[in-house]
Amino acid sequence: MVAVTRPECLSLTLEETMSGNRLLRWVLVGSLALFLAGCATPGDEERVEDRPDRELTEDEMRAIDRERAAEARGVEGRRLVEGDELDALLDDPDSPISQRTVYFAFDSSEVRERDVSILEAHAAFLADHPDQRITVEGHTDERGAPEYNLALGERRAEAVKRALVLYGASADQIRVTSYGEEKPVELGSDEQAWSQNRRAELIYVYR
Amino acid sequence: MLKRIRFLWIAALLAMLLPAVTKAELVIEITGGAEAAVPVAVVPFSWGGSGNPPEDVARIISDNLTRTGQFQSLPRSEFIETPTQQSEVRFANWRALGVDNLIVGQVEPDGDRFRVRFELLDVFTGSRMTGRSFRVGRDALRTVSHVMSDEIYEALLGRPGAFNTRIAYVAMQDRGGERQWRLIIADADSHDPQTILTSSEPLMSPAWSPDGSQLAYVSFENRRSEIYVQDIASGERERVASGEGINSSPAWSPDGRRLAVTLSRGGQTDIYVLDVASGDMQRVTDHHSIDTEPTWAPDGRMIYFTSDRAGNPQIFRVGANGGVPQRVTFEGSYNASPSISPDGRRLAMVHRTDAGFRIAVMELNDNGGSVRVISRGSQDESPSFAPNGAMVLYATRANGRAVIGTASLFGEARQVMSTEGERIREPAWSP
Repeated sequence: MVAVTRPECLSLTLEETMSGNRLLRWVLVGSLALFLAGCATPGDEERVEDRPDRELTEDEMRAIDRERAAEARGVEGRRLVEGDELDALLDDPDSPISQRTVYFAFDSSEVRERDVSILEAHAAFLADHPDQRITVEGHTDERGAPEYNLALGERRAEAVKRALVLYGASADQIRVTSYGEEKPVELGSDEQAWSQNRRAELIYVYR
Repeated sequence: MLKRIRFLWIAALLAMLLPAVTKAELVIEITGGAEAAVPVAVVPFSWGGSGNPPEDVARIISDNLTRTGQFQSLPRSEFIETPTQQSEVRFANWRALGVDNLIVGQVEPDGDRFRVRFELLDVFTGSRMTGRSFRVGRDALRTVSHVMSDEIYEALLGRPGAFNTRIAYVAMQDRGGERQWRLIIADADSHDPQTILTSSEPLMSPAWSPDGSQLAYVSFENRRSEIYVQDIASGERERVASGEGINSSPAWSPDGRRLAVTLSRGGQTDIYVLDVASGDMQRVTDHHSIDTEPTWAPDGRMIYFTSDRAGNPQIFRVGANGGVPQRVTFEGSYNASPSISPDGRRLAMVHRTDAGFRIAVMELNDNGGSVRVISRGSQDESPSFAPNGAMVLYATRANGRAVIGTASLFGEARQVMSTEGERIREPAWSP
């Protein structure tokens, strides 16, 4: 797993800028370098300019990572699974992509720790099958303003997309849409129903 | 081949979207008292034809007045006499019953039409305040009852009534395992509901054009939120916003030429203004937070909207051409869905209280007015002002069902309207 820590690295350098003016220039240079280098450890600062990877774009670097990861897993190089074969994968409880719903707290779009492994599995599947496309649907519970919830649903779907890309999927494999509170899976009005409705669903397009 | 299948699919979907008429009538329940209300009596109108009268005109007027919270209607069981014109009234009787104003009238057949007359009487002076005669067809008897209600309301309170208006809402129901959404318009007292759109995907956020001839709304018929404008009379509809991301929350400018809308581009949800004729789209807000639910001030210069840029949803306002948004609400951790009164002086919104989400009204004066809660549910949402600013229509729950209700800004009157087996949501009051 790579690069999950980028936001933390940046916040660390921001804290340092508070400590004194003398440090400021170094920290700014350092944080820019960290950003370009995909957030390496602070000790790597001096070597950043010498890294051959620096001319590659982030996407290119990710693509290389994905290829290597796929090789490491010994995948046969199938770019797409569809039809009955995809259906079987989606329905098989032992398949890594059988779980396709993640849940959220009220008014939150933060992916929960317990759902990370689900998203990692989908990201790996997408990385292994570069022609596979999915739609992430964001949903909310029924409380509050429907239009606000529509935006909140999109924020949830976007958070899932970001996580999938972080774990190795390509951004262009993932479409994001929101239904807000309009498509509940549970029609009840209690926390049990609400917690089931605050969700993002990963929809495999050829399903 | 694939194209043909897709074409057939679209044709099937279009067939489902064709306008249809619904038979379900809404049931009205009135709750809450009316303490400071004007005591009135609406005497049953005399009927000059055979059999039962085609409509109980007095009942329609009485229900209308009661619903505003500004009138208390004397129950018929307490009537001592049933006069039908000024000359028959013994005013001392009504004074004894504590009634301030009396409404009397007649309905008579007149060829294939009906002659309807009413008089509004002052019980203390015994004088006639207003009155009128109409000649109408059977279909217009309810409408003329609303027109009479408007005249009575204005004569007694000095401001126009809003009885002869309509409401729009979305109804959802499960039919044979299939979920169905319908866009419905009905009279303001919830009678005569007409379905103007049916879809197998969600519909939301109906918004009346200022002249009442069109509805803008959000449809998910292409499995994403897109904005449509539909001419109510012809049923013709046009998709006006369908870009990448969210297209939602349409609100007409007071001149009817522009729509304020919510769009998300690259995951950032902001307010835009769409020129309906030209299709030009102008950005109004630009912030990484959620900005949505735009609504225009009546002068067309400001747009109110919901934003969580302060950490939780609050109401802000911004110039219709953009600028720096100003925060409007500060009380409470959740204020959303702004609706501005037609005089621009009040803001109705969803306000989270300890008891849940309720409708609250805030005075928009320079001092930052206080917030007054006017509904009593725990999941109340989507407030919409009556065109005379005296009532607010909203979505609420009754016995676990999603229904719509009205609350008076004066007094404690609240009314709930529901149909069996349907979830009714997102009501909007016509101009």
